[in-house]
Amino acid sequence: MRAPSLLMLLAAAAFAVACGGSPPPEEPAPEPTPAAEPAPQPEPVDDSAERERMERERMAREAAERARTVAADLVAVINFDYDQATVRSADQATLDRKAAILIANPNVKLRISGHADERGSDEYNLALGNRRAAAAKRYLENKGVEGSRLEVISYGEERPANPGSDENAFAQNRRDEFEVTAGGDNLTAPQ
Amino acid sequence: MTRSFFWLVPALFVAPSLAAQDTTRVDEGVRVGVDYRPGVRPGLVVLPGPGLDSVRSIIRRDLDYTDRFEMITVADAPDIAGTARGTSESGGGVNYGIYRQLGAEFAVELSQAAGGVTARLHDLNENRLRNQQTVSLSSGPEFRLEVHRLADEIARWASGTSGAAASRMLFVSGGRVYRADSDGHDIVPLTSPGQTALSPVWSPDGQRIAYTQLGEGRGGVAVQTLSSGASFLAPGTQTALNITPAFSPDGRTLAYAHSDERGTDIYTANVAERCCAQRLTVGRFADNLSPTFSPDGRRIAFISTRAGPPQLYAMAADGTDQELLAPFDFGATGSSNAPEWSPDGASVVFHREVSGSPQIFLVDVAGRRVRQLTSSGRNEDPTWAPDGRHVAFISDRSGRRQIWIVDIETGRVRQLATPGAARLPSWSRRLGRATIVPNP
Repeated sequence: MRAPSLLMLLAAAAFAVACGGSPPPEEPAPEPTPAAEPAPQPEPVDDSAERERMERERMAREAAERARTVAADLVAVINFDYDQATVRSADQATLDRKAAILIANPNVKLRISGHADERGSDEYNLALGNRRAAAAKRYLENKGVEGSRLEVISYGEERPANPGSDENAFAQNRRDEFEVTAGGDNLTAPQ
Repeated sequence: MTRSFFWLVPALFVAPSLAAQDTTRVDEGVRVGVDYRPGVRPGLVVLPGPGLDSVRSIIRRDLDYTDRFEMITVADAPDIAGTARGTSESGGGVNYGIYRQLGAEFAVELSQAAGGVTARLHDLNENRLRNQQTVSLSSGPEFRLEVHRLADEIARWASGTSGAAASRMLFVSGGRVYRADSDGHDIVPLTSPGQTALSPVWSPDGQRIAYTQLGEGRGGVAVQTLSSGASFLAPGTQTALNITPAFSPDGRTLAYAHSDERGTDIYTANVAERCCAQRLTVGRFADNLSPTFSPDGRRIAFISTRAGPPQLYAMAADGTDQELLAPFDFGATGSSNAPEWSPDGASVVFHREVSGSPQIFLVDVAGRRVRQLTSSGRNEDPTWAPDGRHVAFISDRSGRRQIWIVDIETGRVRQLATPGAARLPSWSRRLGRATIVPNP
């Protein structure tokens, strides 16, 4: 592909040189120079603008990354022991991060949904899911978050995160999920 | 006598008593508190005859499902019927001696009558016709229920207690509430696809159902009239999550559990006048749910987590006088759930975790003795038949969740097969003539 086109270009150039007896000889000569020069010349000029642009992009990326981290922290799932609705100590840090973000972003509202694994009564699991969601709400309220910003719902065992029926799946399904229902844009990272 | 017996033997297929009750299969899954007494039940034969095939097979199955009779099978050939008729020592054309020889105490004779069917119950030991009745049968959607009703009446003639065939089952499959006849036939959906329905229950008169309409983590309790399909949300259930409804015996009050961030508590509302939601329990951080009325309407059994894992309690219908109903060992006894008060008021059926699997239990209200009815597979969400002797529940013993029915006197178990996985069954009371509901 490349070789034939080069050959054709060379052939065309040879034809032009061969035919161009009368036109000024400088003409073909400067042609390659502007082609070579504009490349190095604008580079120093564009370089600072480009670097600024890249810097801005990097900062925007980092800000977006931070926002993503904030958003991810806000919706991070917490899990529960079997038939328990007590916030585990391992999950307290997760809820502490949420509390800090909620305090730094006073317009954000969260919907907390409690879930259960498939064991236990279908109906009782709705009450258990409700208790799990309410437990997270109480924890966040105790950390200073206004209760009216936190909505509590329950799906019981109706929406498993993992459809399996082993201990690993059960552990994943005993959880609270958090959904941002308002103020989720332009999140400020907590201090 | 001897001669006729000999040449009847090849022609008559005599089901041994174990054929009616496949004990090897049946008794698996039932280990405690079941009192099987073979041979005590009277033998019963449904006589062959011309026509009425569907009526005869429905009645035969219904009588079998009462678990009150040893069903005796007779090959359905005309020469048998002819041989068994018109000989000496007969009543109404039925040869009592031949059927008595086969171990039958009762013979049910069905014959066509104008616009319906005539049922006769012959008492073979007393050599007499004990009862007879002619009923009209429609060809419409009420046909099967009318036949079930006749079967219940025949059971009452023979045993003194009506059967439970003229009743229906609600269950949930794929988020929809379905209704089935007590023998598993005529399965029809009662709620729309695309919504999640849970915990359906019958009103005592069988004309309405109540169930949880689960939306996005919330839900009201819908009260739906079956004849029109019209429904309304029970008072007090328009917000938050409302689960486990139960009608009072007079059908005027609906008890349910209301879940919000304060926890789950039991309320009652007047569904006759659509008002007056009233809170009965104050759980604080404990849950109270799954109310079920005693048949006199005075008490409510329910589940509470006040002592840790969910267990069975009872209280007066106004919320006072709360007490533990089924004893448990804290830390040793598993969770108890899904109670339903028996039609005779004497016991409450529920499920309790045993070694990680739910099993069906009974507690007798007077003595507070707890008795386990099942042991194989996961068995949960029990509901009483109107005869107070059968309990339907969900079991995975066949590999997926299906409805099974246990006779608590013999331990005999049968399946009510549904096309999909089934859960949360609710058995109606006996459905009277006024409550016939056409298919939607």
